[in-house]
Amino acid sequence: MSNQKEWENICETSDILPNIGVCALFKEQQVAIFKVIDQTGTEQLYAINNFCPFSKSNTISRGLVGSLDDKIVVASPLYKQHFDLATGICIEDSTVSVNIYSVRLNGNNIQLAA
Amino acid sequence: MSDRIKLVVIGNGPVGHNFLEYLVESGQSEQYQVTVFGEEPLPAYDRVHLTSWFKNQDVADINMVKGDFYPDNNFILHTGDKATKIDRAKHVVISESGLEVSYDKIILATGSFPFVPPVPGHERDNIFVYRTIDDLEKITAAAKTAKVGTVIGGGLLGLEAAKAVMDLDLETHVVEFAPRLMAVQIDDGGGAMLSKKIQDLGVSVHTQKNTQNIGDGDSAVHKMSFADGSELETDIIVFSAGIRPRDELARAAELQMGERGGVVINNNALTSDEDIYAIGEVALWDNKIFGLIAPGNAMAHAAVDHLTGTGDSEFAGADMSTKLKLMGVDVASIGDAHGNTPNSRSYTYVNDREEVYKKIVVSEDDKYLLGAVLIGDAAEYGSLLQFMLNKMELPAEPEGLILPSVDGSSSGIGVDALPDSAQLCSCLNVTKADIITAVQAGATDMAAIKDQTKAATGCGGCAALVTQVLNCELEKLGVEVNTDLCEHFAYTRQDLYNIIRVEEIKSFEELLEKHGSGLGCDICKPTAANILASCWNNHVFDSKLQGLQDTNDFYMGNMQKDGTYSVVPRIAGGEITPEKLIVLGEIAKDYGLYTKITGGQRIDLFGARAEQLPPIWRKLVDAGFETGHAYGKSLRTVKSCVGSTWCRYGVQDSMAMAIQLENRYKGLRSPHKIKLAVSGCTRECAEAQSKDFGIIATENGWNLYVCGNGGMKPRHGDLFASDLDDQQLIQYIDRICMFYVRTADRLQRTSVWMDNMEGGLEYLKSVIIDDKLGLAAELEQEMSHVVDTYQCEWKTAIDDPEKMKRFAHFVNSDKQDDNIIFTTEREQIRPVFTPEETLAVEVK
Ligand code: SRM
Ligand SMILES: Cc1cc2nc3c(=O)[nH]c(=O)nc-3n(C[C@H](O)[C@H](O)[C@H](O)COP(=O)(O)OP(=O)(O)OC[C@H]3O[C@@H](n4cnc5c(N)ncnc54)[C@H](O)[C@@H]3O)c2cc1C
Ligand code: SF4
Ligand code: FES
Repeated sequence: MSNQKEWENICETSDILPNIGVCALFKEQQVAIFKVIDQTGTEQLYAINNFCPFSKSNTISRGLVGSLDDKIVVASPLYKQHFDLATGICIEDSTVSVNIYSVRLNGNNIQLAA
Repeated sequence: MSDRIKLVVIGNGPVGHNFLEYLVESGQSEQYQVTVFGEEPLPAYDRVHLTSWFKNQDVADINMVKGDFYPDNNFILHTGDKATKIDRAKHVVISESGLEVSYDKIILATGSFPFVPPVPGHERDNIFVYRTIDDLEKITAAAKTAKVGTVIGGGLLGLEAAKAVMDLDLETHVVEFAPRLMAVQIDDGGGAMLSKKIQDLGVSVHTQKNTQNIGDGDSAVHKMSFADGSELETDIIVFSAGIRPRDELARAAELQMGERGGVVINNNALTSDEDIYAIGEVALWDNKIFGLIAPGNAMAHAAVDHLTGTGDSEFAGADMSTKLKLMGVDVASIGDAHGNTPNSRSYTYVNDREEVYKKIVVSEDDKYLLGAVLIGDAAEYGSLLQFMLNKMELPAEPEGLILPSVDGSSSGIGVDALPDSAQLCSCLNVTKADIITAVQAGATDMAAIKDQTKAATGCGGCAALVTQVLNCELEKLGVEVNTDLCEHFAYTRQDLYNIIRVEEIKSFEELLEKHGSGLGCDICKPTAANILASCWNNHVFDSKLQGLQDTNDFYMGNMQKDGTYSVVPRIAGGEITPEKLIVLGEIAKDYGLYTKITGGQRIDLFGARAEQLPPIWRKLVDAGFETGHAYGKSLRTVKSCVGSTWCRYGVQDSMAMAIQLENRYKGLRSPHKIKLAVSGCTRECAEAQSKDFGIIATENGWNLYVCGNGGMKPRHGDLFASDLDDQQLIQYIDRICMFYVRTADRLQRTSVWMDNMEGGLEYLKSVIIDDKLGLAAELEQEMSHVVDTYQCEWKTAIDDPEKMKRFAHFVNSDKQDDNIIFTTEREQIRPVFTPEETLAVEVK
């Protein structure tokens, strides 16, 4: 297992509004990045594929985030399926999932790694 | 095929129709080759609700025939064709149009006709009866040139007719031979109270008047002369002096008849000919004719059971208790209302202030209820009826059943105590056991109960009781009807609205912290955003609100299936200048957008990428356009017709009113979208009756219809008020709109809101017109806040470059989404379908 990740700068943290996603172009792929404020008031970063497998459109970053039971999720904006932001697995149909990406805050920079 | 039993049903009234429904339910209908003759031009309609049909004059409201019931079951229905002869020797039925249909069995369901006493002058013009749609149409037509209308007969049907006459805006009189109204069903005290209440409504009641002659009037069409020498002038007369069975066919066929008419039947609804059944108001059982729907249905059941051998129900007489709302007055009569049972006792409660009269008649030993009369307040009808029907022992002091309880506790019957066999709905013969079965099979609300058991779908008198049984059974099953908005808030939308208003909550975080749990979700966040907007009307991009908006609100456009957006500028009332049309055309051309006229009389531009929205809107705003809120749960459009300015029939300026209304309510956030329409005359080209608020011009102002709907489940609006001036009209809409915003569920259109409102239209009127809850001023003030703080969301946002940044597809690149691909069709763009679909198209 390699822990040597190649981190790439995407944007500054101020470019992402709390609880509102953005879409990043990362290695020719579209990645939805979310900055979720959890119940303790702490910022948590999540990154998953922007492509919604249900509507087949690049729209996940425009979904609403929230929680279902103890999972942090995003609702796809077109047909409202929920994806677990931590695992990429669809709540309504666990056979469907989207890729997740490593994301971190480095100084002021939001960084992604594959 | 030909070995099927030939069944001829004569008469397609409610009972004849219900017979066929029961036949289908018995599962045996395929054994029969069924031919139905109906004299009226329309298939069976619900006569009981004739008076309410009057309001909309829409036959669909009272049509009893679901979908293609007749063709689906291979029943042949001849409407507008009367059976003229039953030839028992040849076993054929002959019709007026000349059809000869042979039969094995006949169901005679010819009902009854209104009796018109042979008073001299009764055959004059402008004299009517009240039984069919045709009768009502004639009365309506005659009313156009009339001022005064008089009903002869103060019984149940006479008072119904009086209601219709009153609704036609005529000065209304009721003339009754007996010393009181509804002499059959209620006692003197009740009759007096009923008269008083009805006179309060503006109807003149004349009792003990025996009409002796009808001749030419001096100031009106007719003059009625009474035995006591007095006279009454009137333009229209409606006879409602009792009914007589339509037994002419049976009489000619020499079936056994009653002395005063009616076809004699036994407990199986069989006449003296074992191949002929008679059911409904034509049938005479134990020397009695039953002029109500419930006994007719019971006969129909007995006939099906006997005919098919699938059941053993018999007709064994019927309870004639009734509960009605006559001109808005509750009237109920149970059992021995007059106290005719020897040695019976009675208890009476009279309240002159509230104009309520209640009486119960009990057995000598105070143990059993024998009868009751309730006027002005019939809340106890259901429980009293059950005490009587089930011979349940009364509480020690039976008078408590009708005395108002000072501490608010009810002394009525616990529904739990009712035996399973108790018949809750007499119209449709539904027992408590039927309700329990339906609940066990998963019914959890009244809609499901009505659907599955048909309870409460007749006169509606049993609805309260059925609801109580339903709730009690649900409770027993431990079903808690969960009305929580979502897992984060254990409240309904209405609760949250109140919390936000009262505690002046301005953000979702505050709401969640004080009253919720978790992080929220795509249900509660937009709901909260919507309520916050209804209350405080801040911009959707307000930093506290932006994270709550559904993508459509966030991008102020509607997301399409490929992730592009539509652009819908407001075109108030559908009126647009050529200059603006050209601007729209140019923008569509410049950005290559698909252009379509919407169903809401405006123009939708489709296919805009998120990053194109700001420049497109820059141009629109500069040209004077505003956002159309096509994305919001908010006012959509006010549809209009061209109105009196251009149209030869227009009686008011509907165009100006539509524009005024659209500009007033634009931007208002509401539980679901709201649509209005304004028509310039009764031809209704704007289809206003299918809108949440429909406004139709009259000679004197505007008629306001409320809670109409198109969409998935169409509903015609209810007439809320007539002949309003501009100011009243707006005042009422303001109030209703805000009351809806306050009290509706999430995503509940006004139509469903109305259907679920206890007390319905009358209740809404009392809140809005009579200000029963003392809310009117507050509602108006809340609306004026919304109107005063209106801003075009696009116009406000477009000058803020920081806010426009969010429209870029990528946070870190100027590239476009390469997944959005268009092709052309009919000279415009359209999204390319998914690869599979494209393939499918090619293969074809
Ligand atoms: C564009 C339009 C169809 C068209 O090409 O003409 C349209 C398009 C949509 N309608 Fe509609 N409706 C449009 C007129 C209507 C009408 C006709 C009317 O308003 O006179 C109706 C029936 C009348 C009514 O609402 O009572 C109508 C009944 C619905 C319904 C069913 C509502 C219901 O109560 O049953 C929905 C679904 C919903 O809202 O839950 C819906 C939902 C939608 C949505 C928002 C579906 C969606 O979520 O994507 C469509 C997106 C619009 C867009 O992307 O811009 N639309 N829709 C019409 C826009 C009118 C406008 O100018 O704003
Ligand atoms: C205004 C009004 C309000 C009422 N309110 C109530 C109420 O609240 N509760 C209640 O229980 N009852 C009420 N009733 C009574 C109820 O409507 C009747 O009990 C019911 O309609 C009886 O049904 P039926 O099918 O026996 O007869 P009908 O409804 O009279 O139907 C018989 C049908 O047969 C047709 N017909 C007759 N002869 C022939 C022939 N030879 N060939 C072909 N067709 C023929 C007739 O044209 C008619 O359409 C009300 C009645 C009216 C008029
Ligand atoms: S009818 Fe259905 S498909 Fe057509 S616009 Fe309305 S919502 Fe869309
Ligand atoms: S009793 Fe008339 S509908 Fe139930």
